[in-house]
Amino acid sequence: MGPRDAGTSPGAPPLLEARSIRKRYGPVLANDGVDLTLCRGEVHALLGENGAGKSTLSKILYGFIRPDAGELLWNGERVELGSPRDARRLGIGMVFQSFMLIPALSVLENIALFLGDLPAIVRGEAVGRRIRALGDRFGLHVDPSAPVRQLSVGDQQKVEILKLLLAEARVLVFDEPTKVLAPHEVRALVRVFGALKAEGYAILFITHKLREALACADRITVLRQGRVAGRPRPDQADAATLVKLMFGDREPGPSVAAEAAPSRPPGAGPIFELRGAWSRASGSETPLRGLDLTIRAGEIVGVAGVSGSGQKELGDLILGLRPLSAGTRWFDGEDASSWSIARLRERGVAFVPEDPLAMAAVPGMSVRENLVLGTGRRYWKGATVDWPRLESAMTASFGALAFPVPPLDRPAFALSGGNLQRMVIARELAHAPRLVVALYPTRGLDVRSAVSVRELLQRARDTGTGVLLISEDLDELAELSDRLLVLYGGAVTGEFARGGWTAEEVGHLMTGSKGAALA
Amino acid sequence: MPEPALAAAVRRSPALRASARYLAVVLAALAVFAAVLLLAGKDPLRAYADTFRDTLADAYGFSELLVRMTPLLLAAVAVALPARLGLINVGGEGQLYMGAWLASAGALLFPRWPAWLLLPLVAMLGFAGGALWAAIPGVLRGLRLVNETIATLLLNYVAPLVVSYSIFGPWRSAESSAYPQSPAFADAARLPSFLDTRIHAGLLVSLAALLFYWLLLEKTRWGVQMRAIGGNPEAAQRLGIPVAVWIVVALAMGGGMAGLAGMGEVMGIHGRLRQGLSPGYGFTGFLIAWLAGGRAMGILLMAFLFAMITSAGDTLQITQGVPYAVVNILLAVILFIVLARRRGWAR
Repeated sequence: MGPRDAGTSPGAPPLLEARSIRKRYGPVLANDGVDLTLCRGEVHALLGENGAGKSTLSKILYGFIRPDAGELLWNGERVELGSPRDARRLGIGMVFQSFMLIPALSVLENIALFLGDLPAIVRGEAVGRRIRALGDRFGLHVDPSAPVRQLSVGDQQKVEILKLLLAEARVLVFDEPTKVLAPHEVRALVRVFGALKAEGYAILFITHKLREALACADRITVLRQGRVAGRPRPDQADAATLVKLMFGDREPGPSVAAEAAPSRPPGAGPIFELRGAWSRASGSETPLRGLDLTIRAGEIVGVAGVSGSGQKELGDLILGLRPLSAGTRWFDGEDASSWSIARLRERGVAFVPEDPLAMAAVPGMSVRENLVLGTGRRYWKGATVDWPRLESAMTASFGALAFPVPPLDRPAFALSGGNLQRMVIARELAHAPRLVVALYPTRGLDVRSAVSVRELLQRARDTGTGVLLISEDLDELAELSDRLLVLYGGAVTGEFARGGWTAEEVGHLMTGSKGAALA
Repeated sequence: MPEPALAAAVRRSPALRASARYLAVVLAALAVFAAVLLLAGKDPLRAYADTFRDTLADAYGFSELLVRMTPLLLAAVAVALPARLGLINVGGEGQLYMGAWLASAGALLFPRWPAWLLLPLVAMLGFAGGALWAAIPGVLRGLRLVNETIATLLLNYVAPLVVSYSIFGPWRSAESSAYPQSPAFADAARLPSFLDTRIHAGLLVSLAALLFYWLLLEKTRWGVQMRAIGGNPEAAQRLGIPVAVWIVVALAMGGGMAGLAGMGEVMGIHGRLRQGLSPGYGFTGFLIAWLAGGRAMGILLMAFLFAMITSAGDTLQITQGVPYAVVNILLAVILFIVLARRRGWAR
C-alpha cells in the first residue's frame, strides 16, 4: 500500500477522489488498493510503465469499467459510475490518445455532437461564439467552421479539450496527450494546463515522459505493478527518483539518460540511396518532393518530423510499397528503382514497424506461420515449407536477441503487444539484414521495452547494418542518430551531424516555422 | 458432477464439436420448418418420414442426392477458395455457365476425338471457361479498379446470355425447332456414369477438388501466402507477397471450380448445352461455403444437407402437395440460425 494521497487544499474536499481501488483481470491485479485525489486548480501527473495500471485507473475514473473494490467520491460524496455517461454528467471528461472526432465534420459540428442535448436544428452561431470565447480564455484557438480532417494533430487535441469544456467538465483526464505532439505544441499544451488550473479545473495528466511531468505537475503519483509506488514532490524530485519509483530495482539501464554514443567512423560505403525521389500522393498523403537520402553501412540515420510530413511515404518508398514518380533508388550500388518489395527484402531490407499486429503479422495465423511470412524463398521445400529448418533458424534468432521463444502454435493475436513486437523483430533480423527501416519503433512501448528496442537498433548499427529511424521522439533521435534529417512537407529541410542540433532548432524546422523563430 | 462420456469427448475434440454444432443447427432448422408445415396444415412428421424414405433410405433417391451434390461441392469451393483471401465471389453461377459453354465448344468442335483425349480436353476447357470468366473481376480488383463482389455478381447476368446466343444461333440443333439447344455431344465427350444411375464421374472430380482445396490452403506454402492475404492484406503486401497476382489467381481458380461444375452438368447429365442448365447451383454454393465457414469438412456436410433439402422439395411436392418453393423457407431458416451465431471463417 502506497502512502495516503493528501490533497493540496486542506479545506474543501477534492473534486474527485478514488479510495482503495482494486481491479483484477484474471491472474493480474491491475489496480491494487490505489488512492488518488484530484483537486481544484491542480495538475496531477500519473506516471508508470506499460502495465503499471494507469489506463485501468483512468478507465475506472471515466466509468468505462467498474472496480472490484474501492470507492469513488465526487465532492466528498460517494458515487457509482456505471458508464462514461455517468462520469460526464458529474463533470469528468477524458481526452483519449486516439481522438474521437469525425474527420468529415467541422469543429463546430463535432463539438455539437458531443453535447448531449443535441437539438433537431443545431444553432451553430451560439455554439461557435462559445467555442471562440473559451478559445480566447484558455489559448485554444481553432476555427469552428474548419473541417476536422484539415486540422493538425495539435489542433485536434484542442477540439477535444473544447468539447469537454463546453460540456462543463470540471475534471479533465489526459491519456498521454503529448505522445503525438511536436515540442512547441507540448509547450502550448502546458500553457493550456496553466490557464485551466487558474480557473479551478482539476487535471489528471497520464504520461511516460518524466521531464514533462516534472515540468508541469503540482503533484505526481507513480504506479508500479498496480500499486502506488510513491508520490514524490515535483519540486524535490528529479528524473532519477522517478525512474527508481517506476521500475523499483529493475532500472532500465543507463540509456534513459541519453548519453551520446561515439559517432561511427565514416568510410563505409552507402547501402541505400534515394536520388531526387518524388512520389505521387492521394488523399491525405504527403508527396515526397525531390528527396535525397543516403544510408551508409554502420550508421543510424534519424528522420524527425511532425506526423504527416511524408514519413510514411518515405518508409513506403524505401520498402518498395509505392513507386517513384521521379528519381532513383539505389541499393548496394545497384539501381533498385523498379525492384519489387520481395526483391528488396530478399536482398536484405528489413523493417521494424510501428504497429506490428497491423503492419507485419497476420493475427489469425500461428506464430510459426507468421515467422515464415516475408522470408522469401529461403524456407521453401517443394510445395511446402521446410518447417523444421525455419524453426531452428528462428529459434536461433530469438536466442541471439535474448528474446524468449513464444509458443509456435498459438495464433499471433494471442501474444501480448511486447511479444508480438519481439516476434516481428526476431523474424526481420533473422537473416543479417543490410538495411533496417524502423518506423516509430518505440511508439506505445513502455520505457523498458523502448530501451531494449533502441539497444537492438544500436547493436544492428554496430554490426555494420544501415539503419533508418523514423521517429517523433526527439530524445530518441538524439540518442540514436549518427545523422539527423528533418522532414517537412515531403522534403528534407535540415541535416545535422550527431550533437550538432538543438531540440528548439529542429522543432522549428519540423513545423516549417524557422522564419518565425528568427523574427 | 461427473460428465457423461460423450459430452466430455465432444468437448475435447474440435472435429466432434463442429459436427455437434452442425447437427444442432440442422435440428433447430427442422423444428422451425415443422412449425411452418403445421401452419400450412401439413403433417411435418409425415413429411420428414417421406423425405427420409425418398432420399436416404432409397437407392434411387440417394443416387439423385449425390447427383445434386456434385455441382454444389464445386460451386462451394469456388466461393470458399477466394474467400480465404478475403475475396467475395458471388459469380459462381456465371462461371458455371461459362465452364459449361467452353466445355461444350470443345465437345462440338472435336466430336471424333477418342474419349481418352476428349474427356481431359472438355474438363480442362470447363475449368478454363470458369477461370477466365472469374479472371476478369480478378484483374479489375488486382488493379484496384472495381470491387470483385460487384463485378462477379454482374457477370452472372452476362454468362447465360452467351450460352443463349450460342444455342439460339451457331450451335442450334436441327432436331427440334421448338426447343433451343445444342446437338447432343458425342459419346466420347460424355462423363461415364456409375451403376445405372445418373451419378457421373463429376462426383469424383468434385471430391478431388475439395481435397485439392484443403491441401492447397492448409499444407502448401502457397496456402500460407493466400491465408496471409486474407488475414491481413497490408502485412502480406509489406512482407513481399504478390497480393495482386494472388487475387487474380485465386479468383481464377475459384471460377475454374465453378466451371468444372458446369462441365459436369452438360457432360454428365444433359448431354448437350441448353438454357437453365443450373437451378442456381452457383448461388447455393455461396450459401454452403459461407455456412461451412470455408472448412472443407463443413463444405462436404453442408453440400450433402443442401442436396437433401432440394431433393426434399420434390418429395414434398408430390406427397404433401406443397409447392417446391417451401424448401426455400427451410434454407432461409438454416442460414438465419447459422448467421445468428457466426463463428467466422477458417483462418
